[in-house]
Amino acid sequence: MNDFSHALWLALELVISLDPDLTEIVGLSLTVSLSAVAIATAVGLPLGTALATLTFPGRKLVMALLSGLMGLPPVVVGLVVYLLLSRSGPLGTLGLLYTPEAMIIAQTLLIIPIVASLSRQTAEDLWSEYREQLTSLGCSPARAIPTLLYDGRYRLTTAVLAGFGRASAEVGAVMIVGGNIDHLTRVMTSAIALETSRGELSLALALGMILILLSFMINATSYIVRDRVKEGNL
Amino acid sequence: MTSPSPTPRPTSPNRTQPRILPLRIEGLSYEKEGKTLVREISCRLEAGKRTLVLGPNGAGKSLFLRLAHGLITPTGGTIRWADTPTAQAHAMVFQRPVMLRRSVAANLDYALGLAGLDKATLRERRDEVLELTGLTALRDRQARVLSGGEQQRLALARAWSLRPQVLFLDEPTASLDPSATERIEELIETIHDSGTKIVLSTHNMRQARRLGDEILFFSEGCLCEQSPADLFFSAPQSEAAQRFLDSEYHALHR
Repeated sequence: MNDFSHALWLALELVISLDPDLTEIVGLSLTVSLSAVAIATAVGLPLGTALATLTFPGRKLVMALLSGLMGLPPVVVGLVVYLLLSRSGPLGTLGLLYTPEAMIIAQTLLIIPIVASLSRQTAEDLWSEYREQLTSLGCSPARAIPTLLYDGRYRLTTAVLAGFGRASAEVGAVMIVGGNIDHLTRVMTSAIALETSRGELSLALALGMILILLSFMINATSYIVRDRVKEGNL
Repeated sequence: MTSPSPTPRPTSPNRTQPRILPLRIEGLSYEKEGKTLVREISCRLEAGKRTLVLGPNGAGKSLFLRLAHGLITPTGGTIRWADTPTAQAHAMVFQRPVMLRRSVAANLDYALGLAGLDKATLRERRDEVLELTGLTALRDRQARVLSGGEQQRLALARAWSLRPQVLFLDEPTASLDPSATERIEELIETIHDSGTKIVLSTHNMRQARRLGDEILFFSEGCLCEQSPADLFFSAPQSEAAQRFLDSEYHALHR
């Protein structure tokens, strides 16, 4: 218990003094996860919204597929990306394995289904409200996609936040494709796993606090947005 | 049948476009899950006259408007416009106004943008319709925080800005209080005076009296009669209409 409180104090000290190792790890984590979220948003939001408005053969199948992929185990995504990027793999020549780029790729693949599926549900609600009016104004389902993206700009952030939450909290994928290399690919989650196993609880705890704070902010923001949407004006 | 020729206003329907009226509807039916919701409707809608689609709730009035406007594909019969209408040649206003999550002005810009207007014409048309509908002071407000009456006025403005030859209105005042209803009815009159054909559904007999030149009376998915308004209210031709008017008078004078 004494060990624990001692570690906790050291952890707080690390956070408050903005320890350079700590900030480096946090910075890399944010860079990787935010990049993944940016790409997943650029792909997932239009994809999800298109699935809400367009009708085409196989639409149900695509939707089921995306929903199914929402719960992908990060380690398996990591493994697949590892196989793709490893030297003998199809994309091996790019030399991306054990780089932050590889981690971004893995996290992007992990969260595209989440962002797309959640934004589809949101866009569907909006489309059921707008459909008749937009059709009456001469708007085609394809033309409605940018309209829904714009008019859903607040509520769609919940889909993006869910993706960000998932990306920043996962450890399996970044560990496998990043390799957890000090000063290069060590992010918050992989550092916590490593430091804990080495018995270096203070850095692990410091990173844990920051990760919890981040997760708290993401989910609280998401709640506020959903609450406002329920009130009707977002 | 001659249509009155109203004084041309800035918002008059686009005269350079082919005239889409009269609208000829023959044997129009719509079935869903084995149930016939409207049955074998045949009528002819002329320019100029305000057509009131009257009937009790569930008579098929809304569905009829949606079929005529092209939002729903009929399962039987034909809808024939005199000339092929463009997307904006006929417009529709719904019972519950659908407001985009944007400002009042941006709601109009959106509709005019879809109609393919260039920026200068668009701004001109938007400002003009804001003025004519008394919404200029509200132009920068978020549309969704307006009152129900103001929202419906914006919905009318948005439809009118497209200069449609025909405007379908589905119970446009059913969720409004009397004073908001009055303003909306005044605006509908103005739109009628500008030369746009009004086709309005209502279950309110008094509204039909106030606004109607001719009545299409619906009951249980059928069109029971199409009569000039004065004839309809003094001597309805169909039994269903007779019953409806009797019960309405009773309700009034109870």
